[in-house]
Amino acid sequence: MSRVARQIAAIVAIGVVASLLSAADGFAQSVHGLPMEGRGGDTKPNTRVGRPAVGKEEYTRYCAGCHGDRGDGQGENAQWIDPKPRDFTQAAFKCRSTPSGTLPTDQDLINTIRRGIVYSNMPQWRPLPDQMIADLLSYIKTFSPRWKAEKPGAAVQIPAETPVTTESILAGRAMFQKFECWKCHGTEGRGDGPSAAALTDSKDQPIHPFDFTTSTRFKCGTTNADLYRVFMTGLDGTPMASFADNIKGDQGWDLVHYLRTLQPVRTPELTLWKTWLATHAGELKPIGPETGGR
Amino acid sequence: MRMKLTASIALVAVATMALAPIARPNAGGTVAGKVTFTGTPPKMKPIDMAKEPSCAKEHATPVMNESVVTGEGNTLGDVVVYISAGGAATTPPAAPANFDQKGCQYLPHVLALQAGQQLVVKNDDQTSHNIHPMSKINPEWNKSQPPGAPPIQTSYEKPEFIPVKCNVHPWMHGYFAVLNTSHSVVTGTDGTFSLSGLPPGKYTVTAWQERFGTQSQEVTIAGTETAKLDFVLKATEY
Repeated sequence: MSRVARQIAAIVAIGVVASLLSAADGFAQSVHGLPMEGRGGDTKPNTRVGRPAVGKEEYTRYCAGCHGDRGDGQGENAQWIDPKPRDFTQAAFKCRSTPSGTLPTDQDLINTIRRGIVYSNMPQWRPLPDQMIADLLSYIKTFSPRWKAEKPGAAVQIPAETPVTTESILAGRAMFQKFECWKCHGTEGRGDGPSAAALTDSKDQPIHPFDFTTSTRFKCGTTNADLYRVFMTGLDGTPMASFADNIKGDQGWDLVHYLRTLQPVRTPELTLWKTWLATHAGELKPIGPETGGR
Repeated sequence: MRMKLTASIALVAVATMALAPIARPNAGGTVAGKVTFTGTPPKMKPIDMAKEPSCAKEHATPVMNESVVTGEGNTLGDVVVYISAGGAATTPPAAPANFDQKGCQYLPHVLALQAGQQLVVKNDDQTSHNIHPMSKINPEWNKSQPPGAPPIQTSYEKPEFIPVKCNVHPWMHGYFAVLNTSHSVVTGTDGTFSLSGLPPGKYTVTAWQERFGTQSQEVTIAGTETAKLDFVLKATEY
């Protein structure tokens, strides 16, 4: 082996060892981080104390490209992105456990950072360690004076899920008709209702209602409880309003069970619904204007 | 005799004290005048409510867009005229400010209220509305109100002109003019306004129109006179 060949071999060997070490380091980070969020929605609360000065550095590295140095959602990538990055100066957040118009809890924001937001450019930041997320939160909160003046709202109460029954699905279908969910989400939940085309968010950007037939993952989680929570809190900054004044207790589960029949996979709700429809389809009036739903 | 005199003086004093708070709202000066515009205002187009038949049938003739409401002689309606500076702080009126949804329109189109005053939002329609005030200073909320739902009762803490919309019916838009004062009025089509009950002092009176912006003038009230004040806003076509 010539001297040159030996030198090349040595350099390659060093490179291999170095990359193995860095992979191990990355692995170690995710192990030390909070448990990754599963279908359950909630993670262990992050009780670490955030350091805004450190958070600023992390923010500049990971977030500012889209959310902007000033936190106004005007980062250099923003013009290419739809939906637009969140404007932290307004402190209005889509995914909350708190009533419409109130600040989210820290855990709500942690969940959003870890979960990411489907159908948007917000990725899942799962490997970020606990402390880094705490630092990021403390820095994000410097963009709006609301974080100093207000406290997060009281979390909306979600009762234990009721059994999936035909009656529950039918009641949910009647709610879908009565509350005119179909105006935006469409008579079949395809996001193509009569008001869908004209929808804009609070920044006058066009925005699409959720299409229930494409995915079982929602912007704010994947579980039935996550879906229930969305009716109650609304998605602030978007046309999705809060129904907390009008949907009470177990009623919310009825609507959840109906929405699950619109999904692209064979949910338990859909199985039950199809069995019932096989013999009772004629009893239903179509969802839409001027009909009663049943 | 002296006893009687003392008693009657005391009686008068008590009566004056008792009457004073009642008399106060009528006392003071008034600022009154008219809001007009110069230039060419944008042409208001009729609203097509065909997508909401329950509302369309409530209107014999199509409802016009209400961004600029004008009357004969270039008068301007839906202008908020209010005391923006001067005078003592006012307490929010006890009566709530009412905002109705009827025939897929906001009644009134512009609602003036004081920060801290109760705001009541009603739905008189046979369709679901969502009330979405897009505040920037106050917390932004968005609530659904199906037919027959109870009124939404809330209030705003900070002064702000807040655009309100219904996402389901995109033609519906209005304003909450949340002010620091109870001395405010929204002009009718004839453009006239009158702010009464102003204690003596120097005031800044401001007129706000959603398209044409704001204009302020100073006025001094000495007693119980009516100071005349007119506003001429410059119309912008877009």
